[in-house]
Amino acid sequence: MDILVSSLFAGLLIGMVLALVALGLTIIFGVMDIVNFAHGEFLMIGMYTGLLTAQATGVDPLFTLPVAGAVGFALGIICYYGFIKFVMRGPMVAQLLGTFGLMLFLRNLALLIFGSEDRSLHHGVLVGKSFELGMGIIIPATKLAAAGLSVAAFVAVWLLMNRTKVGKALTATALNPQGARYMGIPTERMNALAWGIGGGSATIAGALIVNFWSVNPFVGLLFTMIAFAIVALGGFGSVPGAFFAGLVVGLITEIPGFWDFMSYTFEFEWMMDVPMTSFKYMWVYVAYFVIMVFRPRGLFGWKQ
Amino acid sequence: MGENILQLEAIKVRYSGLPVLHDISLHVDSGETVCVVGSNGAGKSTLLRAIMGTQRVFEGRVVFQGEEIQRLRTEAVVSKGIIYVPEEKMLFQPISVEENLRLGAYVLHDRGTIEKNLRFVYTLFPRLQERRFQAASTLSGGEQQMVAIGRGLMSNPTILMLDEPSLGLAPILVDEVLDTVRRLKAEGMTILLVEQNVREALDLADRGYVLQTGKIVAEGTGQELLKSDMFRSAFLGI
Repeated sequence: MDILVSSLFAGLLIGMVLALVALGLTIIFGVMDIVNFAHGEFLMIGMYTGLLTAQATGVDPLFTLPVAGAVGFALGIICYYGFIKFVMRGPMVAQLLGTFGLMLFLRNLALLIFGSEDRSLHHGVLVGKSFELGMGIIIPATKLAAAGLSVAAFVAVWLLMNRTKVGKALTATALNPQGARYMGIPTERMNALAWGIGGGSATIAGALIVNFWSVNPFVGLLFTMIAFAIVALGGFGSVPGAFFAGLVVGLITEIPGFWDFMSYTFEFEWMMDVPMTSFKYMWVYVAYFVIMVFRPRGLFGWKQ
Repeated sequence: MGENILQLEAIKVRYSGLPVLHDISLHVDSGETVCVVGSNGAGKSTLLRAIMGTQRVFEGRVVFQGEEIQRLRTEAVVSKGIIYVPEEKMLFQPISVEENLRLGAYVLHDRGTIEKNLRFVYTLFPRLQERRFQAASTLSGGEQQMVAIGRGLMSNPTILMLDEPSLGLAPILVDEVLDTVRRLKAEGMTILLVEQNVREALDLADRGYVLQTGKIVAEGTGQELLKSDMFRSAFLGI
């Protein structure tokens, strides 16, 4: 029982981080109707930024968030003005190939600069510490901090979108760009801002997980694929949808671990042969397919 | 009638090389209601979009309060004080009526003015006040048109350009919309109106222009146009 509860907690915690990853993707999609295949690469860059800044300064990577956020924000804006803006004039397939190309470019650039080996960080103040909630439920401090700060970043972006003038203008641009221009909203700048927020939230998420996730130039794809599933589950362009779907996906990735634990504990031989943890990301997509069948707009469908 | 506010000087517009507007010249003075009439495809909407900078002006000048604006981006044109209420309304469908209206005041910064304009829009359209927390998509066609016009009024426009505000509305609502235009006119608003209800539009306008296949073929006061032979043959088939 305690193992089940621990798995649920772990799932919710990682789900909060995944929700932050998906947030950037859903905002970029919502504002511009473009799918950013390079989203996970932004996260990878955030991981390297957190790791290198932490190593250079000796502080905990959690304190490198402002640096990672600034790098991601700038990177998003540079990508928009330097590249995406031009691809948007082409057909849909050019946009798909364009962001796919951006993914390959950033990944290989990272390979060139950082090399292919896994790197990780062990000097963080929270590394190795954990909280016991009683009944044998243990929560690693690094994951708790990552989850808490993810929620804080998520709420900050949500407030920006819903409580500020620039956020409302961003929403208006998402809903009807031409209508927004007729209100005097500079939609081009709003697109760039969406890329800035998208990039910044991905790199912040990256810096948050570097305490317990090793980084290499190829780590991005997994997160891109998970973020796609979350955005589709939550409803394309929906911010609350991204949050709840993030939690759902987080839970789905932890349940196979519980399954394996049970099969080892009770020695179900046929189950022990196939450890479910190895396939945990498959279940994310199984859930995705099931929800698409019954509710194609996603849980909180907003855009068709 | 006051000084000249908006002036088009021999503007030409093309769609992929094909000319759609030839040498259009017209002017709107302060406090005036000017109506542009013409059949489908005559280029009325194109004319307004050219003023807004959404449609490229190939030749000629658009002068607004003494300043050339034909090369400005749409959002810059709006911040000068020209508001365009498009035929398609272009509301922000899933968000509330009030949020739609407030977005109309994007170019304003003073909260007091925004609240004052909001109260003005609600006195003009009491029905919008009743529905202010409803999503724009849940409103009827007539009410959506009210939101579109109200949203345009939120920024204190120097000139309000209405593109077929009565399009697709039931006859009783058409009268309501045109009454609104009449009230705005009485308030001293400068209005450039494109309408398909030719008689009523010319009846309420101070002056009118007749647009036919991209050319202005007649101009004059509303009454003059309604009586002119050119106009009668073009629209009424007499």
